Amino acid sequence: MIPNLTLTVNGDRHEVHLDDARPTLLDVLRERLGLTGTKKGCDRGQCGACTVLVDGRRVNSCLTLAISVDGAEVTTIEGLARGGTLHPVQAAFVENDAFQCGFCTPGQIMSAVGLIAEGEAGDDAERIREGMSGNLCRCAAYPGITEAVRDARQRLAQNERESV
Amino acid sequence: MNLFDYVRPASVAEAVAAASAPGAAYLAGGTNLLDLMKAGTHRPARLVDITRLPGLDAIEVLPDGAIRIGALVTNADLARDPAFVAAAPAVAEALLSGASPQLRNAATVGGNVMQRTRCAYFYDPDSACNRREPGAGCDAHGGDTRGQAVLGWSEACIATHPSDFCVPLVALDAVVEIAGADGAREVALEAFHNLPGDDPANETVLRPGELITAIRLPAEAARFKAHARYLKLRERTSYAFALVSAAASLAIEDGAIVEARLALGAVAAKPWRARAAEPHLVGVSVTAAGFEEVARRAAEAALQEARPSGDNARKIELAMRVATRALVLAAAGSPARMPALPGSVFAPVPTLTAAGDVHG
Ligand SMILES: Cc1cc2nc3c(=O)[nH]c(=O)nc-3n(C[C@H](O)[C@H](O)[C@H](O)COP(=O)(O)OP(=O)(O)OC[C@H]3O[C@@H](n4cnc5c(N)ncnc54)[C@H](O)[C@@H]3O)c2cc1C
Ligand code: SF4
Ligand code: FES
Ligand code: FES
Repeated sequence: MIPNLTLTVNGDRHEVHLDDARPTLLDVLRERLGLTGTKKGCDRGQCGACTVLVDGRRVNSCLTLAISVDGAEVTTIEGLARGGTLHPVQAAFVENDAFQCGFCTPGQIMSAVGLIAEGEAGDDAERIREGMSGNLCRCAAYPGITEAVRDARQRLAQNERESV
Repeated sequence: MNLFDYVRPASVAEAVAAASAPGAAYLAGGTNLLDLMKAGTHRPARLVDITRLPGLDAIEVLPDGAIRIGALVTNADLARDPAFVAAAPAVAEALLSGASPQLRNAATVGGNVMQRTRCAYFYDPDSACNRREPGAGCDAHGGDTRGQAVLGWSEACIATHPSDFCVPLVALDAVVEIAGADGAREVALEAFHNLPGDDPANETVLRPGELITAIRLPAEAARFKAHARYLKLRERTSYAFALVSAAASLAIEDGAIVEARLALGAVAAKPWRARAAEPHLVGVSVTAAGFEEVARRAAEAALQEARPSGDNARKIELAMRVATRALVLAAAGSPARMPALPGSVFAPVPTLTAAGDVHG
């Protein structure tokens, strides 16, 4: 028997009845909760378009069995902005020309949020590129993405300084 | 994906009982298993979700100095644990050279060791594959063989084991701790994966229902921590499996090698401990001119038995070059900080001077 799946997505608690255990977290977000900001690119862990945070860590939602993360806190691209104000990583992507078609962008932004929280890349462009290597961009907006991540990290550090 | 029964056991004993049923498979991070299920390559009747089993997610230093890594520790958490990185830098470098940050956040230690081959014909249910379906034949022969094995392969199967993590582990004599219906046992990692022989479907020594509970690095592994590197040749800079890789670990006293370990990745159906190479390095001064030639001779010994399994003879030469360079890098010393591109062939190769100074 498959129990109901409980997920807290962007702060809201959802109970989802599953017919069987097969749905991935990606499919539950898109098909059951209507959160289509998270994209399905390859569906096989090879592109990063489906990146979300599960309990604060960035993962590929296409290779996450939803029932296995029952009870988790999930953050998707829809959960970043506060009211009408973009999250600093979103703002940095807009201002640094970090996308073209935009299909990879939700995954890129969620991955950047995860990378900055991990705190290892700093401002080093090579470390940022390696830290973002799990997200492919078919439009090759990579230079803008690297700049946006660097810029966003500085904005977040600045916000933190101002809030103490 | 096929329909399956899903169970979430509360203890190791319950997990082993649930997984002893025919067609059952353990689910850890799911990054390999779900991929194979989507491809239709693996169709388990039951998934035994081990992600919530208690007691399998710790990295512990045992009283004798050995390091015990629980099977559910994620690849990312292990590669970021400061004490572990200091004790086994090449293992951390190998982990960070693999997959992507997102995948490493989900992938577990046990799942990494148990991951299946990336042979494209194994992945494609419409191709004949003895590993997937015993007796079906092997479509890899005469197909695209550039990634296939050059050591230990058989007519029945020429696939490789794709793990990076396992390569430095096998160099350091890691041990696999196993729980089963008859209690606990342990097996050297070097003896854990089977060469294909005439039964490639029999991939590891695990019996039905057996669970990996931990990987243990013996205390002696710490002897190599100052001179340990992993080098991985890929078809793109990052987020790619190894074409060939090498882990080199040297114990050096007064400028001379007292013990050497070398292992190769993506050359065989198991992480390949290159024991034949190791004696060539003992007693050698790492600062002497000509260390690179010694390293090359050791690498040639490592590949002496290699034979192409198709149109992949160049892999033998590539493996010798990667092993040589890994040894030169290890001689220069473990990096003070993890390189920006872990395991990358694009990093500059340091040169050693007679005074032992490193010029990178
Ligand atoms: C796009 C992509 C790129 C990748 N690149 C690399 C790479 O460059 N280098 C590399 O090394 N790997 C790479 N990987 C593979 C990745 O490392 C593995 O998928 C991962 O380590 C598997 O761990 P998991 O916890 O997700 O295992 P799962 O997918 O949950 O399980 C894998 C297998 O192990 C079994 N299993 C899991 N845990 C146990 C246990 N404790 N005891 C017994 N059996 C168990 C499962 O039944 C299953 O058969 C890549 C994967 C993807 C999708
Ligand atoms: S090489 Fe091995 S895994 Fe690949 S198709 Fe042949 S039998 Fe299957
Ligand atoms: S859709 Fe998940 S990695 Fe491509
Ligand atoms: S912006 Fe088009 S794929 Fe990245």
